[in-house]
Amino acid sequence: MAQGWESLRKDGIHDPRGPAVKDKQEPAEALSKLTPDTAGNMVRWVQALEKGEINPRASIRPGTKIQVYDSDVLLNVQGGMPIVRFPHRQHTEWLDCSNCHDHLFKAQAGANKLSMLAILEGEQCGVCHGAVSFPLTECFRCHSVPRPGQSLNTVPKTLPGGSIPPRSR
Amino acid sequence: MMPWRAGILLLLAWLAVLPLPAAAEYADVVLNRRAEAQGVRPVVFQHWFHRIRFRCKVCHAELGFKMRVGANDITMADIIDGRFCGACHNGDIAWAPDKCDMCHSGKRGLPTGIVGGHETGGPGRW
Ligand code: HEC
Ligand code: HEC
Ligand code: HEC
Ligand code: HEC
Ligand code: HEC
Ligand code: HEC
Repeated sequence: MAQGWESLRKDGIHDPRGPAVKDKQEPAEALSKLTPDTAGNMVRWVQALEKGEINPRASIRPGTKIQVYDSDVLLNVQGGMPIVRFPHRQHTEWLDCSNCHDHLFKAQAGANKLSMLAILEGEQCGVCHGAVSFPLTECFRCHSVPRPGQSLNTVPKTLPGGSIPPRSR
Repeated sequence: MMPWRAGILLLLAWLAVLPLPAAAEYADVVLNRRAEAQGVRPVVFQHWFHRIRFRCKVCHAELGFKMRVGANDITMADIIDGRFCGACHNGDIAWAPDKCDMCHSGKRGLPTGIVGGHETGGPGRW
């Protein structure tokens, strides 16, 4: 699965005798032009968007309110794995607040009981990660902040000492 | 609180129950609640193709598609009336619903589900 993109004819879900396999676009044709990744669609979607390689529409109806929220939240401040940095900006470029708040997460730092097991079972972050967004095998893309020995939940733009913890790899 | 080695074990246990990797593209969706029973091929919806053109919020907020495979009760009548896929496949934003075979392109016998995701692979929703 790790290499490239299977052709529609051989992907196991399209009927190879139907007309669509001729008419539809092959994934390789579109996806090979975007910033590469090592998992999922093999596209680093956040970067493809940021670099302007793609420009997906944010609404199709006039008057829809589009909101982007720029705030990082640190999760799992107590555990043994590196801390999880949840970035709102990258998420809200793609998603609406209502996709997460409040049915998946209360909009209050530290107010949610999150667990890796629930995530692996397709709940919480796992609603999207492991289904459509980059898969759960990419541990350190979420567990991206080595423990700096502080317990703030919302990351200030600059941490004390002037260092910004690294983003995901 | 769990040491991270336990996490790796958890992952291995999880991977062990994954079926052989499917060749279909990550996040491809098969919709077959009624299609095949009504004599047409199952529908294949591809996230990668659509997310190049639309952000998630268009479908999953503006148009109200629930984020769970099989949770949206989509009928052909809905689509022709401009709901679900028909909000775009209306001859305006995208081609009209008369191109049956473009959507009804799946192999017969496939159940509704998402490829490469927990719906088919993980322990969450057997
Ligand atoms: C937000 C708008 C939107 C919605 C909703 C939508 N589509 Fe599309 N779809 C598009 C656009 C735009 C295209 C590209 C049209 C073109 O190339 O002219 C497309 C193309 C396609 C294609 C052809 C892909 C190819 O390789 O050329 C298929 C198949 C498809 N859609 C199926 C569906 C199905 C099934 C649904 C509902 C489950 C759906 N779409 C919902 C906008 C949408
Ligand atoms: C992908 C899911 C997701 C989306 C989309 C999302 N949030 Fe959040 N939000 C979270 C999570 C996770 C937390 C952290 C909760 C915790 O610490 O337990 C959070 C926390 C918050 C908080 C409290 C922490 C802080 O930053 O002050 C606010 C306020 C908030 N969200 C507002 C918003 C708004 C406004 C939007 C839309 C523009 C939005 N969120 C979209 C997942 C999301
Ligand atoms: C509603 C869907 C959804 C949920 C829930 C969600 N994410 Fe995401 N996440 C996305 C999307 C979409 C992207 C864009 C990249 C992609 O699709 O692979 C993304 C990207 C990310 C990134 C990468 C940012 C970058 O700069 O590359 C991180 C880290 C991340 N998510 C962590 C989390 C964590 C932690 C949670 C749970 C607290 C979570 N996500 C919940 C949809 C979601
Ligand atoms: C989509 C983001 C995401 C990915 C990918 C991810 N995790 Fe997590 N992980 C989380 C969140 C969120 C928590 C819960 C934090 C909390 O306790 O509040 C967590 C918690 C954990 C915990 C328990 C807390 C601790 O630190 O001991 C372990 C162990 C863990 N993850 C291991 C892993 C391993 C191993 C992988 C890769 C196979 C992985 N995670 C991938 C988001 C993620
Ligand atoms: C063109 C419309 C469209 C766009 C854009 C779109 N989706 Fe979907 N999504 C669907 C459809 C259709 C389904 C299947 C619903 C069903 O079976 O009832 C679906 C299903 C899902 C599911 C359920 C998977 C499961 O395991 O049950 C998730 C999660 C999801 N989408 C996340 C996303 C994310 C994240 C994005 C943006 C990166 C996105 N979608 C963009 C139409 C869309
Ligand atoms: C834009 C994508 C799309 C196009 C084009 C399309 N369909 Fe459908 N069709 C669907 C979806 C999605 C379903 C629901 C699939 C399911 O869950 O079984 C469906 C369901 C059906 C069903 C099942 C019964 C019902 O009424 O819902 C029939 C029969 C059907 N379509 C026939 C057709 C015919 C004939 C055409 C061409 C005139 C066509 N479809 C074009 C997406 C499409």
